[in-house]
Amino acid sequence: MAGRRSLISAEELVSRVCQGDQGAVSRALTRVTDESDGYEEIARSFFPFHGNSPTIGLCGSPGSGKSSLVNTLVSLLRKRGESVAILAVDPTSAYTGGAFLGDRIRVQQHALDEGVFFRSLATRGMVGGLNETIFSAIHVLEAYETEKKKKGFDWILIETVGTGQDEVDIADVVDTVVCVTAPYQGDEFQAMKAGTMEIADVFAVNKADLEEVDKAVASIKDALSLGLSHDEEAWSIPVHAVSARTGQGIDVLLESIEAHGKYLLDSGEIAVRRKRQLRKELSSLVSRLIRRNALERVTDCHIKALVEKKSDPLTLSRKILKGVS
Amino acid sequence: MDNKNAYRILIAKPGLDGHDRGAKVIVRALRDAGFEVIYTGIRQTAEMIARTALQEDVDAVGLSLLSGAHMTLFPRVVNLLKENGLGDVLVFGGGIIPEEDMIELKKQGVAEVFGPGTSTTDIASYLTTALDGASKQA
Repeated sequence: MAGRRSLISAEELVSRVCQGDQGAVSRALTRVTDESDGYEEIARSFFPFHGNSPTIGLCGSPGSGKSSLVNTLVSLLRKRGESVAILAVDPTSAYTGGAFLGDRIRVQQHALDEGVFFRSLATRGMVGGLNETIFSAIHVLEAYETEKKKKGFDWILIETVGTGQDEVDIADVVDTVVCVTAPYQGDEFQAMKAGTMEIADVFAVNKADLEEVDKAVASIKDALSLGLSHDEEAWSIPVHAVSARTGQGIDVLLESIEAHGKYLLDSGEIAVRRKRQLRKELSSLVSRLIRRNALERVTDCHIKALVEKKSDPLTLSRKILKGVS
Repeated sequence: MDNKNAYRILIAKPGLDGHDRGAKVIVRALRDAGFEVIYTGIRQTAEMIARTALQEDVDAVGLSLLSGAHMTLFPRVVNLLKENGLGDVLVFGGGIIPEEDMIELKKQGVAEVFGPGTSTTDIASYLTTALDGASKQA
């Protein structure tokens, strides 16, 4: 579909992105996220820009205020004259394939700011709170030439779907994970669970204008203290009470995000994380290609063999996978 | 690879009227019809809508307006889209819009205008037909 978008050649698209053309950024994002004809050449051309921008992921349950927090963070970063790109992911319906991408409503005050680029993405079937093509999308943003003639936005923020307890993929995608929570979302036992709680580099307890915010902060701190490292050099995870509504604590939150970025550089941990990102990018692509290839091999003959009990799913799946190229 | 991705539609509320139940009904209906739908929220300028369309790279922009300013705002969005290199984005509208205005708006580049009482299924199938046609042409 969308043949009109295929009109620009890959080469021209890349060069226009590298010259700071936001229309080209937008088209490039469509090509790599749609995986429409010729997208591979585009994705390949943008890959070398990996690592140009610090990437910050925001995860947390639906309604915890991720988009509103993005909005206030963007305001603060723009006051300092730094450019920001945001990729915000919302769920695709498993029933209709449609989606309502609603994160944008919270940041629309920045719609006319040339230093802000916001793109909504649908999960299109991927679990884990992200879209499968997120890596290619990030590389496009890392190639964009900003007003300061620098390659890559000063900041790239990724907002996950907000599926709740299990959206940990973001930790293999970005440099710094901010976990957003809010009062009344559970006690210290909730905070002790595996899942999103264990991938946070920084905690933001949003809605600090509500009562019980202190209790929420204390619960998380309690849970974190159970796993304190003896290594004094290790990153100690900060927990901040913030309010996207009033702006309270946002400056401190940003300071922590920046401190984490500095920690990654000083400790050498950044190299570890970037490697992890590349591994994830490669493995997710491999698994998608295998899956597509293998599923194309499933035929009615196989189903017939199952109906007639002439074979079983395990034997057949092994057989199908053997032929995968 | 899989080329059957959903069409992306921006639903926008230009101008000062804050009555967006209609816009929300359309958002919901299009979502359920398999579109990826982005909503701007209320009180948007034509400039904000055009830039949002650019960043989201949408296939169509739907404008909802009940205040009577459609003759000013709809054509302005159409023109700004053109200026941003998005002349091929389908623009459609809805709201309380008199028949004679509908004719004039179509002359000025609004592809279709839907009045009160239109079935949401009709809007979804109109979009599918129009966008399928546009992508075949390209």
